[in-house]
Amino acid sequence: MKQYDVIVIGGGPAGLAAACAACDNGAEKVLVIERDKELGGILNQCIHNGFGLHRFREELTGPEYAGRFISLLRQTKAEVLLDTMVVEITPDRRVRCINTKEGYTELKAGAVVLAMGCRERTRGAIAIPGDRPAGIFTAGAAQRYVNMEGYMVGRRVVILGSGDIGLIMARRMTLEGAEVLACVELCPYSNGLNRNIVQCLDDYEIPLYLSHTITEICGKERVEQVVISRVDADRRPIPGTDIIFDCDTVLLSVGLIPENELTRAAGIPMDRRTNGAVVYENMETMVPGVFACGNVVHVHDLVDFVSAESEKAGTAAARYALGKETAGRCIELKNGSAVNYTVPQHIRPEGVEKLCEVFFRVNNVYRDRVITVTDESGAVLCRFPREHMAPGEMEKIALPRALLEKAVGAVTVSVVAKEDAAL
Amino acid sequence: MKKELICIVCPKGCHLTAEETESGWNISGFGCPRGQQYGIAEMTNPTRVVTSTVRIRGGIHPRLPVKTNGPLPRSLVRKAVRLLDRVEVTAPVRCGDIVLENICGTGIDFVASRDM
Repeated sequence: MKQYDVIVIGGGPAGLAAACAACDNGAEKVLVIERDKELGGILNQCIHNGFGLHRFREELTGPEYAGRFISLLRQTKAEVLLDTMVVEITPDRRVRCINTKEGYTELKAGAVVLAMGCRERTRGAIAIPGDRPAGIFTAGAAQRYVNMEGYMVGRRVVILGSGDIGLIMARRMTLEGAEVLACVELCPYSNGLNRNIVQCLDDYEIPLYLSHTITEICGKERVEQVVISRVDADRRPIPGTDIIFDCDTVLLSVGLIPENELTRAAGIPMDRRTNGAVVYENMETMVPGVFACGNVVHVHDLVDFVSAESEKAGTAAARYALGKETAGRCIELKNGSAVNYTVPQHIRPEGVEKLCEVFFRVNNVYRDRVITVTDESGAVLCRFPREHMAPGEMEKIALPRALLEKAVGAVTVSVVAKEDAAL
Repeated sequence: MKKELICIVCPKGCHLTAEETESGWNISGFGCPRGQQYGIAEMTNPTRVVTSTVRIRGGIHPRLPVKTNGPLPRSLVRKAVRLLDRVEVTAPVRCGDIVLENICGTGIDFVASRDM
C-alpha cells in the first residue's frame, strides 16, 4: 500500500493551498487527488475578475487565481492524481480511490485534508412547483456550460436567487446576447456581495425582485413561462401578486451544500449549522489527523479566505504527520444573539500562535452593531464594532491567545446593539 | 447633486456618497484611496474590466477565458464583447497573450486569462 505524509482530497482552491502549505511545512510526500481532468476546481469556470485582492493585492480572474496556486504547487514535490474519485476515507486515514488507469487503489496517509468544496442546491432541494421541462439549470452548471464547454444555455432567462453566482451569471448571459428578465430573491435583501448587485444587475438594468419567489414553471418540452409572486414576512406567496415572464430558461442560485459524503461516512462529527465538519482552531476535525478546509467546512464568499484557511489546515496536517499533536485545554465557542454559526467551533489556546481567527455569519441585515465575545463568568473578552453586517458577508474577528487563556468555561460570540455593548 | 454609490473596487463594497461641488465631485465613505478614485470615475467616466471567452482549437476545453488588460469605458462593454464572436485561437496559449488588440481604438487589449 502506498504511504503518504499528507493526502489532500480535492484540487480546487482549498486543496491547492493546503497541499502547498503542507509541503512548505515539512511534509515530504504529499498527494492531491482531484476528480476533474485538471486542477483549479470551480475557479476555472469563474472567468470574472475580483479574486485575490487580499491575497495578491491585485484583481485576478478565477483561472488566473487558480494558475498562481497551480504554479506554486508545481514548484513543490507534491504528486497529483487527476480524473480520480475518492470513494472512502477511514478514521485511521486510509484513502480508497478509483480511476480508469489503476482501478481501485488504497492509500495510507499520515494526515488527511478534506477539501472537497460544495455543490449547488437544486430545484428538488427547494421544491419549486410546476412542470418539469428542459431549461432549468443551477447557475453554476450553466456557468460551466457557457464559460468552459461553449454551450449557450438559453435566450430569455429568469434567475432565482441573488447569490453571487446568480448575479455573475445575470451579467454573463447578458453579455453573451441573452435577455435576463429578472433576478428573483425570496429574502428582503440580496445574499450576494453589494458590488455584484451594482456591476452585474444595475449596469445592465436587470430588475431585482426582493421578497419574491417562483410559484410556477410552465412548459411542455422547454420552459415557456415562469410565474413569480411576492411573499409575506413568513415567506409565503401572497395571492394576486403574480407576475408572468415569457422565458425559455431558469437559473437557480439558491445556495450551496458542502459536499461531505466522505466525511459523514467516516463518522467525523458534523455541525448542523454549517453542514460541514466540526473543527478546532487549526482546522482539525474531531478525528485526529483528519483536517478540513474551504467550502467543505463552511461556504465562503471570498476565495482569498479559503486559501488562508486551507494553508492553516495544510500546515497543521504536515505537523501532525511529523508527529506533533496539539493538546491542552479546549474552549467551546457558542453562538450568541444574531450569530448563525462560528468556525472554528472549538479552540485549544495551545494551538493558537498569537491570534485565533473566528469566522461567522449573522442571521439578518444590521447597522451599527458590536460583536462581543464573552465567557461564562460574564466577562466581555473583546468587542468589535461594525457599521454594516449582512448574512451574505462573512464576518471575521481575531481573538488574542492571551485573552482565550484567561477565559472561564465556554466562550460566546454575539452581535448586540451599541447601547447594550457598553460596560 | 448627491448620489449614493456602492464601491465595486473590492468585495468589501463600501457605501460611498458622491456630492457635486464647485470644484468637482466630493466622495465620502470610502475605505481606501482606490474607493475615492472609483467614486470620482463613476460620476464622470465609469469604466469596467471586461471578461469573456473565445473559441480555442486544440485546448483541454473548447473555450478560452479572456479579460481586458485595463478598464474600458462602460458604454463600450457590449460592443467589445461582440468583437470576440469572430475570434478563434489555437492552443497552446499562455496567460497574458494578446487575443484581440486595441479594442475600439482604446489601446486596451483582450488577453488570455489562463494557460491552455
